[in-house]
Amino acid sequence: MNASPTRPTPPAPNPVADPGPPLIEVDRVTAGYRREAILEEVLLTVRADDFLAVIGPNGGGKTTLVKVILGLLEPWSGEVRRHLSDRRGAMGYVPQHAGFDQAFPMRVSDVVRTGRLGLRGPLRRWSAADRRAVAGAIERYGLERVARDPVGSLSGGQLQRTLIARAMVGEPEILFLDEPLASIDTEFRGRLVDALVEINRAIPLVVVTHDLTPFAGVVRQIACINRRLFYHPSGELSAEMLEEAYGCPVELIAHGVPHRVLADHDHLHAGGPGHDRHD
Amino acid sequence: MTEAAAPGLVELLGYGFLRNAVAAGLLAAVLCGVVGTFVVVRRLVFLGGGIAHAAFGGLGACYWAGIDPRIGAAAVAVVSALVLGRTEQVRGRWGDAVIGVLWAVGMAVGIVFLHATPGYAPDLMTYLFGNILTVGDTDVALTAALVALVLLLLALYFKELTALAFDPEFAAVQGVPVRAAGTTLLVVVALAVVLLIHLVGILLVIALLAIPPAISLMLVHRFGAVMLLSTVIGAAVTLGGLALSWAWDLPSGPVIVLLGAALMLAVAGGKRLARLRGPAG
Repeated sequence: MNASPTRPTPPAPNPVADPGPPLIEVDRVTAGYRREAILEEVLLTVRADDFLAVIGPNGGGKTTLVKVILGLLEPWSGEVRRHLSDRRGAMGYVPQHAGFDQAFPMRVSDVVRTGRLGLRGPLRRWSAADRRAVAGAIERYGLERVARDPVGSLSGGQLQRTLIARAMVGEPEILFLDEPLASIDTEFRGRLVDALVEINRAIPLVVVTHDLTPFAGVVRQIACINRRLFYHPSGELSAEMLEEAYGCPVELIAHGVPHRVLADHDHLHAGGPGHDRHD
Repeated sequence: MTEAAAPGLVELLGYGFLRNAVAAGLLAAVLCGVVGTFVVVRRLVFLGGGIAHAAFGGLGACYWAGIDPRIGAAAVAVVSALVLGRTEQVRGRWGDAVIGVLWAVGMAVGIVFLHATPGYAPDLMTYLFGNILTVGDTDVALTAALVALVLLLLALYFKELTALAFDPEFAAVQGVPVRAAGTTLLVVVALAVVLLIHLVGILLVIALLAIPPAISLMLVHRFGAVMLLSTVIGAAVTLGGLALSWAWDLPSGPVIVLLGAALMLAVAGGKRLARLRGPAG
């Protein structure tokens, strides 16, 4: 994948599979709010083909990491290198939707359209291209029926799809999603995960989640954050790593996910059917 | 009421002070509509109240020093808006308390200075409750200037401002200079508050910013539509309140606020009735 023509370095050679060039490099980042450090010396690389799940305990720094990468929070030390095109809105963001003002006077289509702000730039009117892009995203994410409704009238799943449409309409080169499945009915989760897999065909995804189960078989990398980043090679998730991160082996058992994730991962990307080095 | 007031008003439009009052009312309506909508959706109503009361301190000090009180009020309003804007980031813990302290200290300072002013004591009630009929040419010109600035900013940055009001973080990711825009909004709110003090007074100014958008939000669901309807409601309320206060010989500020509150109750009641009736038939 070759998202940015200005990228200086060729992809590093990798004997197993080419994970693509690095798009985001988080280099020894320490960050937090007021005096409390939430992230400490975090190293992380997101590559062009990644589907990275960021897991970890509540308050462990999952959202903070995403905000640092997005530039919403300045790191205290360390730096974030972004090998993306220079334009605004090159990073797509789907925030947690629990905190929204549900009574805000905006139609669904208006909300989606704000995703074009970075492309359009200030002092310019919305163009026909913007209108087409918004209409396309509304159709792609199944929002035609509610496009003219106030955003406050949406169900959890509809709002989530609206926020994804808003992020995607800006043609991002990487997409970050913060708890995209929170407050979504189980029956719609699969469809949303399918939509993410579809998006991942074109751009890397970083998904913050407290629950890996719905993403079993689709995520390709897992980062475990609890102040420090405990894991990120593009491959294996060991029980020791999770245990260290959560500080609680019961948590790992309760999740019960890693094996399945790895099995599917191997199945899809590393070996043939039946090949499962984790067992 | 219209029979009593309307013919009188038409004749009286010949008077400069009444022309000023009508002009100020219409200009105020734009501030209610545009600035008030931001104030309401961004939950800045009490920040606006704090600014108004803090401004009273600057107003009193300038009165005492023999300077144009508007200068002191505007200066203190802008400074306190910026201070409150900064503490807003730590809201929940201190922001609320800082607003309360600034609110009371501003009033205390203002009253102390007004009492210390030798000779003619200004009419405290005018500042506290406003009197649209005392609005002078300069006030109208200043309000017109602010309205022009607000409309210019709105015309240039409407799409950014809408996105910002809905979701500041997403707007920031899309490259909107959120901090600069937030500071500008606070300064505009401060100046609007100072200019609206003439109309309804320090104690009632937040009602003028909050009521028209609050009514509009019950009726329309697009950001621009809320601003437009709020402006219309603001005009109806200020001019209607002016007419009623004239007809009933009551102070204009409270009548304007009460008219707005009555309208808000009527709309809320009407909506509830419509909802009750909806499922039944």
